[in-house]
Amino acid sequence: MAKGDPGGTTRGRRAAPRSKKGTAGDPELVQLLTPDGERIDSATGPDGTEYRVDFTDEEYRGLYRDLVLVRKLDAEATALQRQGELGLWASLLGQEAAQVGSGRALRAQDMAFPTYREHGVLYCRGIDPIMPLGLFRGVDQGGWDPNEFKFNMYTIVIGAQTLHATGYAMGITMDGKVGTDDGEAAIAYFGDGATSQGDVNEAFVWASVFNAPLVFFCQNNQYAISEPLERQTRVPLYQRAAGFGFPGVRVDGNDVLASYAVTRTALDNARHGQGPSLIEAYTYRMGAHTTSDDPTRYRIASEVEAWQAKDPIARVKAFLEKQQIADAAFFAEVDDQARRESVHLRERVLDMPNPEPVTMFDHVYPNGSPLLDEQRAQFSRYMESFEGSAH
Amino acid sequence: MATETLTIGKALNTGLRRALENDSKVIIMGEDVGKLGGVFRITDGLQKDFGDQRVIDTPLAESGIIGTAVGLAIRGYRPICEIQFDGFVYPAYDQIVSQVAKMHYRSGGRLSIPMVIRIPYGGGIGAVEHHSESPEAYFAHTAGLKVVTCSNPQDAYVMIQQAIASDDPIVFLEPKRRYWEKGPVDLDAPLSEAYPLHSARVVRPGTDVTVLAYGPMVRTCLEAATAAAEDGRELEVIDLRSLSPLDLAAAYESVKRTGRAVVVHEAPSNIGLGAELAARITEECFYSLESPVLRVTGFDTPYPASRVEEEYLPDLDRVLDAVDRTFGW
Repeated sequence: MAKGDPGGTTRGRRAAPRSKKGTAGDPELVQLLTPDGERIDSATGPDGTEYRVDFTDEEYRGLYRDLVLVRKLDAEATALQRQGELGLWASLLGQEAAQVGSGRALRAQDMAFPTYREHGVLYCRGIDPIMPLGLFRGVDQGGWDPNEFKFNMYTIVIGAQTLHATGYAMGITMDGKVGTDDGEAAIAYFGDGATSQGDVNEAFVWASVFNAPLVFFCQNNQYAISEPLERQTRVPLYQRAAGFGFPGVRVDGNDVLASYAVTRTALDNARHGQGPSLIEAYTYRMGAHTTSDDPTRYRIASEVEAWQAKDPIARVKAFLEKQQIADAAFFAEVDDQARRESVHLRERVLDMPNPEPVTMFDHVYPNGSPLLDEQRAQFSRYMESFEGSAH
Repeated sequence: MATETLTIGKALNTGLRRALENDSKVIIMGEDVGKLGGVFRITDGLQKDFGDQRVIDTPLAESGIIGTAVGLAIRGYRPICEIQFDGFVYPAYDQIVSQVAKMHYRSGGRLSIPMVIRIPYGGGIGAVEHHSESPEAYFAHTAGLKVVTCSNPQDAYVMIQQAIASDDPIVFLEPKRRYWEKGPVDLDAPLSEAYPLHSARVVRPGTDVTVLAYGPMVRTCLEAATAAAEDGRELEVIDLRSLSPLDLAAAYESVKRTGRAVVVHEAPSNIGLGAELAARITEECFYSLESPVLRVTGFDTPYPASRVEEEYLPDLDRVLDAVDRTFGW
């Protein structure tokens, strides 16, 4: 997508947030593109903030391309796991808009702290999509440079990365990099299940009292493996922010435009010194938690079908067609690119070599350890003792 | 040469001050480390002189302290985290073991977490529960962490600065009951020429039995050696200083001469440092040993009520009893 700042916001001056007796599943959302592909000019958040986007046709097409590509690459990874080429895969199916919208809202200087499912954000950060497949194939632990791409390593322990993001954001403040248009911000990704973790609640406290330039981006995909949202919360998740003293907003996580607008606004507020905020991207995990999971044991088909009707890609396609922003040739070309990239991904995964066993001793300590060196040497001698044998 | 007599506590305070002066990326984080100067006053006066951006009073959540320090380290800072008491470190256990320890490894060496986690540890101060524990084995067992402990003011002053300067994440255990003990500290000796951080040191040469100790037990063992000498037995006392990685070259050399080894720590015996030391010494010095390696430790109970902690903790008599037993084989 092109650079520039198509997103905009105006701070509303409405009265206090409407009080509501919400439930965890209360669907009140910031939405700029309906499931039918109708554009909504602007939407107002619970604190009166008005959200809108003003993309060029080229930018709309770019978002569509991103969505299709990340879905196709994700599907390829799932297939690779089914064929035994990956040990595991955590699919993003259904969450493409939340990830592409927020990922494209990041500015170059912003730092992201992902979970293990943020393949779409990773793609937006310009990281080769082969990188996380090394982790899931078991040949390495990831492989990208977090500082080069401003995208930290995947974090599997639920919620732990929200504290890292908070500390990083505190560092931004300490470095004097807030308060200007080119200031920096951080974003912490996590899910609905993570909101029950102590670390996430501690991160909320820290970010609040240190006024950290941080966006908490919660993809509420309705399930923590098998446990539904109701097992994590009795109130809409975005309302938790109020108790910690910063704004919260719920966005239609299947709407790439709204996800972009809300995230861009929150990041810009943070970089200008207005502190943290919480975004709840309301979405649905269309696939399994991971390839080890069987969602038919805990959710019914009609629920999945209802969310199928809110598909994040179909609505963008409908919009592009209705507005004549893209034609059949464009859609065919995007599909073709996605197919080629997924074939290329597959070829490269199959070519990934297993690491040399002795490399397991690498990078345990920056300064090394004599005892570990000794163990490595013993292991090497042991392995060499098999040379020339059938082993 | 500016040699001053300082307590271990003041030596740590002075070392922290030096580190803050020498590197603007060094920061201190913890509960009550600011105005109060820490519950043991180890950070006394540092916030006043370096400001609340560098000596940070944190919210009361240990996982939060370590977790945010990870992010600050990724950002280029060198955080020193104070955990107020040994028994309060466990809420931070995931962040220490899964995040701090593994970040360098998981990132293929691209990220380092140059963090020091200071923990006052051990018993002997008559404290209420959770304030007297010795958790070193949990951390020494974890790849990616280094664990050190000091036993005297000179080492306290030097080792804390070495730990801060290291790019490795280091758990720095402070023997809280020895905080007030005094000794000479050379404040001017350059850090670059100091005794290496991860090296053990013979603190009393002897010929009859090798005694291995660290932290608060070093003084106990030195007192035992003095008493043993009166009975005509010369104990060689080694201060391990580094619990991970262990430096056992001096211990091996010593045991090969003495043929006998006693390991002393406050932590419980079961699966503790003593077991590892005994195994390694047995492997390396098998043909020199006149007796099994014996352990003198806390018992395999939760840390007891303080009115009986004197019986729980190894003391001079229990060390000498073990020394005697090594002559029984």
